Amino acid sequence: MSEVVEAGHATHDDHHDHGPDKGLARWLFTTNHKDIGTLYLWFSFTMFLIGGVLALVIRAELFQPGLQFVNPEFFNQMTTNHGLIMVFGAIMPAFVGLANWLVPMMVGAPDMALPRMNNLSFWILPFAFAMLISTLFMEAGGPNFGWTFYAPLSTTYAPETVTYFIFGVHLMGASSIMGSINIIATILNMRAPGMTLMKMPLFVWTWLITAYLLLAVMPVLAGAVTMMLFDIHFGTSFFNAAGGGDPVMFQHIFWFFGHPEVYIMILPAFGVVSQIIPTFSRKPLFGYDSMVYATASIAFLSFIVWAHHMFTVGMPLAGQLFFMYATMLIAVPTGVKVFNWVSTMWQGAMTFETPMLFAIAFVILFTIGGFSGLMLAITPADYQYHDTYFVVAHFHYVLVPGALFSIIAAVYYWLPKWCGRMYDESLGKLHFWLSFIGVNVTFFPQHFSGLAGMPRRIPDYALQFADFNMLSSIGAFIFGFSQVFFLYVVIKAIRSGKPATDRVWEGAHGLEWTLPSPAPYHSFTHPPKITDAEAHS
Amino acid sequence: MSSQTDQSVYYVPHNGWYPVWVAFGAFMLLAGLGTWLNAVKADEDPSAWMMYVGGATLAVVLFFWFAKVIEENHQGLANEQLKRSYVWGMGWFIFSEVMFFAAFFGALFYARNFAVAWLGGEGAKGITGDYLWPEFSSEWPVMANPDNSLFQGPAESMASPGIGSWLSYLPFWNTVILLTSSVTVHFAHTSLKNDSRGGLIGWLALTVLLGIVFLILQGWEYLHAYDELGLTLSSGIYGSTFFILTGFHGFHVTLGTFMLIIALLRAIKGHFSHHDCFGFEATSWYWHFVDVVWVCLFFFVYIF
Ligand SMILES: [Cu+2]
Repeated sequence: MSEVVEAGHATHDDHHDHGPDKGLARWLFTTNHKDIGTLYLWFSFTMFLIGGVLALVIRAELFQPGLQFVNPEFFNQMTTNHGLIMVFGAIMPAFVGLANWLVPMMVGAPDMALPRMNNLSFWILPFAFAMLISTLFMEAGGPNFGWTFYAPLSTTYAPETVTYFIFGVHLMGASSIMGSINIIATILNMRAPGMTLMKMPLFVWTWLITAYLLLAVMPVLAGAVTMMLFDIHFGTSFFNAAGGGDPVMFQHIFWFFGHPEVYIMILPAFGVVSQIIPTFSRKPLFGYDSMVYATASIAFLSFIVWAHHMFTVGMPLAGQLFFMYATMLIAVPTGVKVFNWVSTMWQGAMTFETPMLFAIAFVILFTIGGFSGLMLAITPADYQYHDTYFVVAHFHYVLVPGALFSIIAAVYYWLPKWCGRMYDESLGKLHFWLSFIGVNVTFFPQHFSGLAGMPRRIPDYALQFADFNMLSSIGAFIFGFSQVFFLYVVIKAIRSGKPATDRVWEGAHGLEWTLPSPAPYHSFTHPPKITDAEAHS
Repeated sequence: MSSQTDQSVYYVPHNGWYPVWVAFGAFMLLAGLGTWLNAVKADEDPSAWMMYVGGATLAVVLFFWFAKVIEENHQGLANEQLKRSYVWGMGWFIFSEVMFFAAFFGALFYARNFAVAWLGGEGAKGITGDYLWPEFSSEWPVMANPDNSLFQGPAESMASPGIGSWLSYLPFWNTVILLTSSVTVHFAHTSLKNDSRGGLIGWLALTVLLGIVFLILQGWEYLHAYDELGLTLSSGIYGSTFFILTGFHGFHVTLGTFMLIIALLRAIKGHFSHHDCFGFEATSWYWHFVDVVWVCLFFFVYIF
């Protein structure tokens, strides 16, 4: 960890010390980690709104039994694209945006390790999603085979636009791989002297491990869609039993990617929450070391549990048992984390600003999602729950009040550092309560309709599920519109919020809080001193 | 200028037009390829202009991008720390490539050990085969598929004839060639470390030659498979796994050979010194990686 940038002569190159360019060129050509972070975050929010509109089409259709607004074919396109857009377009880019903004500041680096590639990682995404979303307007219709795109629905029986879907996934994968390489190189190579691994903020740790997961599984996803491409266009029979292949093989390969993928979407969330809770509890994080080891254990286990998504597909008994026990094992490190968050709050001088409210809601509601996951892990019980709304409730509990709440919490927490202005606390709290009520009204009833046997991915349903669905739809619209309100709160803060102090939160520790607010265009042109107060908070 | 060569500064370029054009080129290439494939499949007149625009954009922009990075290095802008970032970057890129091949090797293992066995009525899920295609019997390489009207099995496979007749077995010679090329690229590295420019150029040129010979033999093997063995992409799971594994490997050899040619041209131009040769080293790591993949292929696709 030698010299980063010494003293005030960062002007080694006469345009190095400039601020940003003017106009569109700044955003198209930027190599600055903050600009790119901002691009990622706004892109993610745009995708979040588009994916949200698709969700509201689904919930409007399901408000009552019978077919009211859309036909079943279009409904399938809505569920498929809602899932794809939210996973690959909203949640993942939001975390990469946070990593871009925060990792260099947190480790005391001048920028990301490979700045031009950083720009490329971002700009691939709008093209990839243009390719994916444009299929919805094509004659054959968009992808309609579910976000898990099981063969043969996605091969033999797919609309011809599946080709664009495949290439869109290739582009997203390239973006994720380059983004991960950049994050790993930044964390391993760009830390300021004295910022040892076990002094890094937990957000940095969780992202290091997430980047490793991405590098391990995104290429496998690329392999899966490549085999689909070959089955569709070049006559191979990977997923066709008539030629000696197996559609179940698709599911194995997909979920080898898919299970680590859910940790890709939750580990950085763990990191965010582990930054916020100590700040507002005014105590250091309880069990920092165990948090690091728990994160690593979760990442390791995530590679050997994938077939818990396939208990009903017809696997040998030994496989079912193995995947059941391995899956349940994940509850141990996850339990360590929840225990540590609660212990951090224990006897802390707590206050409940908006980021803290979202973080606490995260701990409680994510844990509910974790418990329903444990229920699903029990193979014989899963025979009952499989492909019902119980599964929908489960993964929405971990992804919406889990991953998404942590992203919202992060935005409230670091926004003052990004733009130098505070958000309006009472509006933030209003946004929190609307979201909290909305999310629970939407997804809690789905546990019941699922347990009672309502299948997922259907546009119409039996009458006995009507009440729960109506409730769910009401909640969804509350939740959806409160996110538009979130946009208003953020824009109001950026335009006319009260100036923020450098430390912003009295209990905040970490290098990013030693910089002025808003953070200067180039953060640490000379490496900062790492004091105990700013180390692993 | 003096501060430009200050080795303590981590060089962060201010803006660059290359990346966004690479993104555009990749988009055009893939969108064009998708349109072309769909047209071919629907028996329409395929048009390929988007593909060409995308491919040309990528080629031109990547050329300027790499040229710029090399130029910046010669200006002394890249300090030791930046070079370590490159090393981490290339290392993890190769790891991601390993996982890409792992998907196809995984498919091969799953098909051989589970899917084909079950279709043949063996093992825990053998009942699948009993119900669907009772006359199909499990063997590897699969010569007769469950439904031969949809997927006509090959007349002959590429499987090894046994170690005694390896001297007339093409994949064996391909193995020899690639393993030798790993050694020659290592000698090129040693020459560079010993400041022997002639050695560097000679050994690199030999490596390039071996890469090209490998590709020619591989192409010849494919022709043989298609014309004489009836082994094609559509001859069932054996052909599928055979061609996807050897095909993507061949594609990576092509890329690696191209990288070696660039390294050779740069070596002739006087680039690289024994303490500053990341471009060469990255190429040689990539080449070793391609070799290791081949050794796995030789064992699991050809021999066993
Ligand atoms: Cu899973």
